[in-house]
Amino acid sequence: MWKRETREVRRPDFVEIFVDGRAIPAHPGESVATALFSAGISTFRYSPRGGFPRAAFCMMGSCQECVVRIDGKRMPACQASVEAGLEIETGGRPNG
Amino acid sequence: MADVDLIVIGAGPAGASAALAADECGLDTLLIDENQAAGGQVYRATPEGFETRAVARDPDKKTGEVLRERIGASRVRTAFRHQVWSVGPGFRVDCVGPEGPASWSAPQLVVATGTTERVIPFEGWTLPGVIGLAGATIALKSQHALPGQRPIVAGCGPLLLAVAAGILKAGGQVEAVVDLAGPGDWLRLWSAMLRRPDLAGRGARWYAQVRAHGVPILHRHTVRAVETSADGLRIRTAPVDRQGRINPNANGQDLQGDALAIGHGLVPNTEITRLLGAKHRYVAEAGGWLAERDTFGRSSVPGLFVAGDGAGITGAVPAAHEGWIAGLAAAQGMGAIDDATFAGKTRAPRRALRRTSPFGAAIAGLMAVRTAQVEDIPADTIVCRCEDVTRGEIEQAITSGAREVNQLKAWTRCGMGPCQGRTCGEVAGALVARQVGDRTGAGLWTARVPLRPIPVDTLTGHYDYQDIPIPRAAPL
Repeated sequence: MWKRETREVRRPDFVEIFVDGRAIPAHPGESVATALFSAGISTFRYSPRGGFPRAAFCMMGSCQECVVRIDGKRMPACQASVEAGLEIETGGRPNG
Repeated sequence: MADVDLIVIGAGPAGASAALAADECGLDTLLIDENQAAGGQVYRATPEGFETRAVARDPDKKTGEVLRERIGASRVRTAFRHQVWSVGPGFRVDCVGPEGPASWSAPQLVVATGTTERVIPFEGWTLPGVIGLAGATIALKSQHALPGQRPIVAGCGPLLLAVAAGILKAGGQVEAVVDLAGPGDWLRLWSAMLRRPDLAGRGARWYAQVRAHGVPILHRHTVRAVETSADGLRIRTAPVDRQGRINPNANGQDLQGDALAIGHGLVPNTEITRLLGAKHRYVAEAGGWLAERDTFGRSSVPGLFVAGDGAGITGAVPAAHEGWIAGLAAAQGMGAIDDATFAGKTRAPRRALRRTSPFGAAIAGLMAVRTAQVEDIPADTIVCRCEDVTRGEIEQAITSGAREVNQLKAWTRCGMGPCQGRTCGEVAGALVARQVGDRTGAGLWTARVPLRPIPVDTLTGHYDYQDIPIPRAAPL
């Protein structure tokens, strides 16, 4: 589980985003991956062939392991910025 | 009809410098980056809306701020949050930005796309909670988040101590540092370190911080396996020799933590230069496959320049000099400056480059792929994460006749998934090279567009069947 460092940086106030229907707090501007990990969500999706649990790995939009659905579109969570009201679906496999 | 004189892809130290140099010479320049601001990985900006209190104390943050201010104050056009998905000859750059598709053309192109991280697979490396060292750096420096409260930090290269020190500074507890290198390995770089006392000093400070916190450093050790445990991850380590090979007769320590940050070096991104048909060479000690270039950054394709770590790893300060030189070369190429002016203006940055690059080049040598580590990958361990292709399946394909990586890809799907071989390519190449005897002959991935996954309807827009205009049939 990630922990936000709060001494050296001030973030905009928490907003609500929805992950698989559940509301979690997140700061506007941080990455969706940061928000998910900080809420204790450790599995973002499953690998298509073996069904193995996966989550963000490279943090720079290269490995594609953190792909989730955000407002209906699939994209890497590490490259997406939090905005109030985002609807995120995890646990995807391709074409799902 | 060109839109601008020069397009620069990548706004890290190299690309930003190239754009500024070209702008100073009067070139109409466009700078494109997928991030929200210039800085690349090393000088990443904090997210919009965040206020950092520690700008003055972190030298990289300060350098990033200065770079972003210079770009903002120049005439350089910028396209941030734009993902390049195709680059065509001549050059045409296609992107997807926040407003949708965008494309620009220019007769000259600087590619400064940096590197991705190399992680040599081990049992359990795909488990959630395992991230790269560069990934941990992004968590700490850009997101200001601890990637775990009791992480273990492992691998090789300067990022190892940087991440460990960064975690401690942010209030985390590093359970252990697992270092492939021996305690004396850094000392062999002493003559290169003399040229960069700033970096040598920083590394020494990180080491002192780690020791002061009582963090155990396991020298000449590797992570052999990771598994989930009741309160996080159980990490099995093993002692290794100078080449990084696991000693089969010795046991390593078991460690408990809640995260593992691990990395085994950096690999230059050559997707765009491969796509444009530039010549490449394999140079292990500079990171792997590199676009061939002259000392001004000119590739084998006229009008195409490369600079920064993406052209061969030397570090952030040399990257800025290389970028500046490439920007000047682009200006000379357009006739904006004559040859005499070009020679005059490049003299100082070339001298600076000769002075500053040996240290980074030496560090790159320490981070080069260790084939012994590749040999130690168990047969049932996943190599291609996207397609869950194991080492055993890759070896079978090579035994059946795959002689270079693109054949391996067609046989096994290794490299065919959404990461397009960026994560597994180094290991796939090393495995093929083991059998065919030649790393160059094992080859490199054929570049394909799109360079990153994009939804088709981002490019086409959404439409219904009845929207498609069907012309009336011609009379018979």
